[in-house]
Amino acid sequence: MRGRPIGALNEARIRKKEENVNIVACVKQVPDTEAQIKVKADGSGIEEGGIKWVMNPYDEYGVEEALRLKEKKGGEVTVVSLGPARVIETIRTALAMGADKGIHIQDAAFDNADAYTTALALAAAIKPLNADIIFCGQRAIDGDQGQVGAILADMLDIPHVAVVTKLEYTDGAIKATRPIEGAQILIEAKLPCLITAQKGLNEPRYASLPGIMKAKKKPVDVKNAASLGVTPSVNMKVVKFTPPPARAAGKIIGGDDPALKAKELARLLREEAKVI
Amino acid sequence: MANGVWIIAEQRDGALRKISFEIASTARKLADELGQQVCAVLLGSGIEGLAAELAKYGVDKVFVADDPALEPYTTDAHAAAAAKIIKENDPAILLLGASTQGRDLSARLVGKLATGMGTDCVDAKIVDGKLLLKRPMYAGKCFGEVTISSFPQMATLRPNVFPAVENPKAGEVVKFDPALDPAKLKTKVVEVQKDTSGKVDLTEANIIVSGGRGMKGPENYPLIEELAAVLGATVGASRAAVDAGWRPQSDQVGQTGKIVSPNLYIACGISGAIQHLAGMGSSKVIVAINKDPEAPIFAKADYGVVDDLFKVVPELTKACKELLA
Ligand SMILES: Cc1cc2nc3c(=O)[nH]c(=O)nc-3n(C[C@H](O)[C@H](O)[C@H](O)COP(=O)(O)OP(=O)(O)OC[C@H]3O[C@@H](n4cnc5c(N)ncnc54)[C@H](O)[C@@H]3O)c2cc1C
Ligand SMILES: Nc1ncnc2c1ncn2[C@@H]1O[C@H](COP(=O)(O)O)[C@@H](O)[C@H]1O
Repeated sequence: MRGRPIGALNEARIRKKEENVNIVACVKQVPDTEAQIKVKADGSGIEEGGIKWVMNPYDEYGVEEALRLKEKKGGEVTVVSLGPARVIETIRTALAMGADKGIHIQDAAFDNADAYTTALALAAAIKPLNADIIFCGQRAIDGDQGQVGAILADMLDIPHVAVVTKLEYTDGAIKATRPIEGAQILIEAKLPCLITAQKGLNEPRYASLPGIMKAKKKPVDVKNAASLGVTPSVNMKVVKFTPPPARAAGKIIGGDDPALKAKELARLLREEAKVI
Repeated sequence: MANGVWIIAEQRDGALRKISFEIASTARKLADELGQQVCAVLLGSGIEGLAAELAKYGVDKVFVADDPALEPYTTDAHAAAAAKIIKENDPAILLLGASTQGRDLSARLVGKLATGMGTDCVDAKIVDGKLLLKRPMYAGKCFGEVTISSFPQMATLRPNVFPAVENPKAGEVVKFDPALDPAKLKTKVVEVQKDTSGKVDLTEANIIVSGGRGMKGPENYPLIEELAAVLGATVGASRAAVDAGWRPQSDQVGQTGKIVSPNLYIACGISGAIQHLAGMGSSKVIVAINKDPEAPIFAKADYGVVDDLFKVVPELTKACKELLA
């Protein structure tokens, strides 16, 4: 390196930067969508026994988009997940899909972390990576908060575009399509930036068998609150979990004639339920 | 000491959205319990005139930032402007709508204000001087009661759940300078493609008529579109119908689609998979039309018709048309 003219060195660096995108995908482990959710008798949480844990479906779209970007432009994908020991399986799934390395933030201090604290921990882990683009899911289907991506972007002082169904990546910027009520909007954002992925963005790949083998050897860095330098401050608490209100048994409208049944249904909706 | 119940009003193209009146009315109720004021933040360009409408729904004071950089909505401009005025005034409670814009803006504000928030709440009350929220979790498979120990206590409220109640107040207009730093505005809206059908979004619809795999193909959807037209309803779909390419992604109801709570939900040819039930289970009245008496949707339905939807739906359209004429 020494002896090369400064200009050439800068040029090489710029070229490298252009061709290699530094990508981060945040993945949360959540109960499978098939899971029946049972509230504990004392309302302190949900019964976790028997739950099958999977990658949050929206994070799959984020990982897939990260991999496609890497395949197109070159670069590296780091997946980051905060959660207990079992979360390593979700990190391995992302590595098996093709991500390069993982960071697992594991610390009992983050049990019951709210969105702000989760973002604090993720931000501390992600900041040193100098990512060009970060993917999150538009929401995690456990808490259904849809907060962490935006808070994380704010902590990293970068723009974000939420609930993205289409992404175009050009050097230095992205164009993202986002559905809102009654319209689709196209947003341009400068890099670095954060995207939260919505269904429709892509069709996530399955991990291949060779991918699964390779994933076992990929590096996963384990961090805790102390090594990240984060003090959890949990402000939002779920003080009580309750099952959904029971629905009274419904009425099956009997008879053989579809026209009569339809007429009776319309009458009931108008006179009894008073909803039309 | 944090004081006051604040809302961030939502306007689009110079008109307040209905959710703004719902959050204003809820803020009024909470503020009356606390003996505090309701303040609204109104952001945009050329929108000062809207303050009077907010006053009608119980707002004492409207903080208006009128700046071309606030139109159209971008997260970075609106979050910067809202955070500035909120920090200067230190409210106890801050409410937004759980609309696409409200969800986006509120989450960014949680970061800027270093606080906590309950998303998509279906109930909000004061208990021991503090906000107690109720919100669905796991797409409605259970509910959580939520408290927030920092200020402002933030919440987004699910559209169509909290009533908009007229309760005229002064609505004194206070202008403020959002002091936007152009170097910090890194996003730009380059195109808006409006859905010209004028259809109400599923998340805000009063009535939804949904079709699933039982519809057999995209060519049959006019059947439920006609029923929807008679009822003033929005058409939805199951994931099976969306994944088959019969309906757009934006129509999907369920755990990985839209979580909806209309007054009336009519499911046609939908079996009632757990992910679908999760997304529409909190609808006030559920109707199922399905030829399979064992379909799980009937366990959630208030009214069920076990028959061929191709026979029942057109008759239902006719019957409703007559009733509503
Ligand atoms: C990760 C994940 C997430 C998912 N998220 C969602 C989601 O958000 N929303 C969602 O909807 N699904 C979701 N699903 C899919 C879900 O599991 C079901 O596959 C889907 O809901 C089935 O759609 P359906 O009821 O239209 O089809 P089916 O289950 O095939 O049911 C069709 C129904 O139509 C009835 N039928 C057929 N012909 C007629 C007729 N002529 N007249 C009357 N009735 C008739 C049948 O009796 C049957 O009950 C998800 C799945 C996974 C794995
Ligand atoms: N514990 C976590 N670990 C990694 N990513 C997370 C975690 N929690 C949330 N996220 C990311 O933030 C998104 C939104 O989460 P939420 O705000 O909880 O709905 C998820 O789809 C993830 O991409």
